[in-house]
Amino acid sequence: METSKKKSPAGIVFSIFQYVMLIGATIVALIPVLVCVFTAFKTSDEYQTTSVLQPPKSFLYFENFKVAFQQANMLRGFFNTALVLIVVLTVSIFAGSMLAYVLNRFQFRGNGIIRNLFMFAALLPGIAMQVTIYQIMNSLGLINHLYGYMICLMGTDIISIYIFLQFFENLPVSLDESAIIDGCTYFGVYFKILLPLLKPAIVTSLILKGVGVYNEYYASNLYLQSKHLKTISTALYTFTGPYGNQYNYICAGVLITIIPILVIFIIFQKQVYGGLAAGAVKG
Amino acid sequence: MGKEGKTFSEWFYSRKVQRFLVIVTFMFVPLLLLLVFTYIPFGKMIQFSFYNMKYIGKRTFVGWKNYIEVFNRPEIFKSLAVSLYYMGGAVIQLALALFFATIMVFKVRGEGVFKAAMFFPYLISGIAIGFIFKFFYARGFVLDTLIQMFGVDLEDIPYWLQDTRINNISLAATSVWRYTGQNMILFLGAMMSVDADLYEAASLDGANKWHQFKYIILPSIKSIVVLNLILSISGSLSAFEPPYVITNGTMGTGTYFVIMNRLAHENQKVGLASAMAIVLLVIIIICTVAQKLFFAYVFDDGTNDESKAAVRRRKKAAKKEGRIS
Repeated sequence: METSKKKSPAGIVFSIFQYVMLIGATIVALIPVLVCVFTAFKTSDEYQTTSVLQPPKSFLYFENFKVAFQQANMLRGFFNTALVLIVVLTVSIFAGSMLAYVLNRFQFRGNGIIRNLFMFAALLPGIAMQVTIYQIMNSLGLINHLYGYMICLMGTDIISIYIFLQFFENLPVSLDESAIIDGCTYFGVYFKILLPLLKPAIVTSLILKGVGVYNEYYASNLYLQSKHLKTISTALYTFTGPYGNQYNYICAGVLITIIPILVIFIIFQKQVYGGLAAGAVKG
Repeated sequence: MGKEGKTFSEWFYSRKVQRFLVIVTFMFVPLLLLLVFTYIPFGKMIQFSFYNMKYIGKRTFVGWKNYIEVFNRPEIFKSLAVSLYYMGGAVIQLALALFFATIMVFKVRGEGVFKAAMFFPYLISGIAIGFIFKFFYARGFVLDTLIQMFGVDLEDIPYWLQDTRINNISLAATSVWRYTGQNMILFLGAMMSVDADLYEAASLDGANKWHQFKYIILPSIKSIVVLNLILSISGSLSAFEPPYVITNGTMGTGTYFVIMNRLAHENQKVGLASAMAIVLLVIIIICTVAQKLFFAYVFDDGTNDESKAAVRRRKKAAKKEGRIS
């Protein structure tokens, strides 16, 4: 250990304790996924004859991934999920930041009530609400349409509103005022002055909301029943039936869905950690 | 400006009209969505809870019968017992998160890697986690192989997902695996907000690690730990994903929401499911109010932790001075 100061024996014992614990926890956190990685690269023969803990002969055997990709129609799943992501994220960034702008910058009658309405909405348990949302989706004719699913996801968006509200609290009002003196309208203030400054908050809410939408399966399962409308998480779910115990294919499918998230996480680690505190409001 | 007889464009660009327009246009979409996907369903939920009905077809008003049934159906009562496992899991998870966050506050090399590895499970989708753990717990697969490495016979190892004595523990454990890292990052963030000089000064004064934990770290995260403890109560009552994706609620693993989901979408007992939802909502509201009161009064003692109410008051005062109206 190379700390600038000398270490007492107790300090060394503590350091060892630290590493043992952390390495142990890392192993526990990684084993379930690691075993999946091993299994995904095994041939059917290898899968049946070797221990699950044994690494595959080669990490270049991609047959399982190919089968998984085709069988579960993951290309379609990725395509649908990408469409949903683009639309839902765009709308919720604008809707969330516009609402936050109005609530934060203007004192009008009903401002407090609207804030409280959103607060209370965050308390309502999502799964429970689907009992009656299903009925509404049904009567609006939104079931089994990609746009219906998109609208449903936009509707239950509270996290980004929180993130933007918090961010606006820290943007000085003098910015708005000087723009207005220069002849800007309120719309101009939002689009020209504030929106560009919101970038960090936008990144945070893109990631949090994005991961949520990418991983969403309950509503997708409920509202998108046609085969060609499956999103990536429900496409993965199709492995439940026919592949019952052939985990070499299933694990390949699992990894295919995890990889995009892993990449995003590695690139935006800081923002992900930072966004957590904001997202924790909803619990 | 300033002359009598405004033209349309002058009127249009006047501050008052602008203000009205921006408020209405910017709030229209979010409020419409809030209404259609939160408050109308919420209102309907209350209404449905008094009816005996399916999604389609005729409804009969039954008064409080659904609520009485919620408290008398054995499967629903049992599901509340199941949530005790998740509550236990939540407590273990918080303790682990606190422990590892504390360990990481003191200098460690490779901190980023440890953090990332422990946090990553949080980002995996529920379905993927379901498959990962079906594989993990399946007879003769990952967990069994690991245990056999220590010389235990396969005969002596229980069926992790079928044995009703332990399958709820197996499921709750997946939730601990998934969320501990996320909790840890939250705690770590709160701990790191403490001034680094404080640790330096403390260790110069001869404070050992335990003292540093007790007098510096613990006070800094007191409120976030309590908040998470209270949230874990409503969280365990609304546990849904592990049984839904791994066992589908079979063999005694049905939690409250799994049962509710089955009643609503398979048996189409919409009224009863709505009543269940309302009952749970009342419990959650009670928890939340308790938490608010707790923070307002318990932490308002003016010592280490500024109470939420005080922060809010301060912010409000600051806002009043600096707002455009």
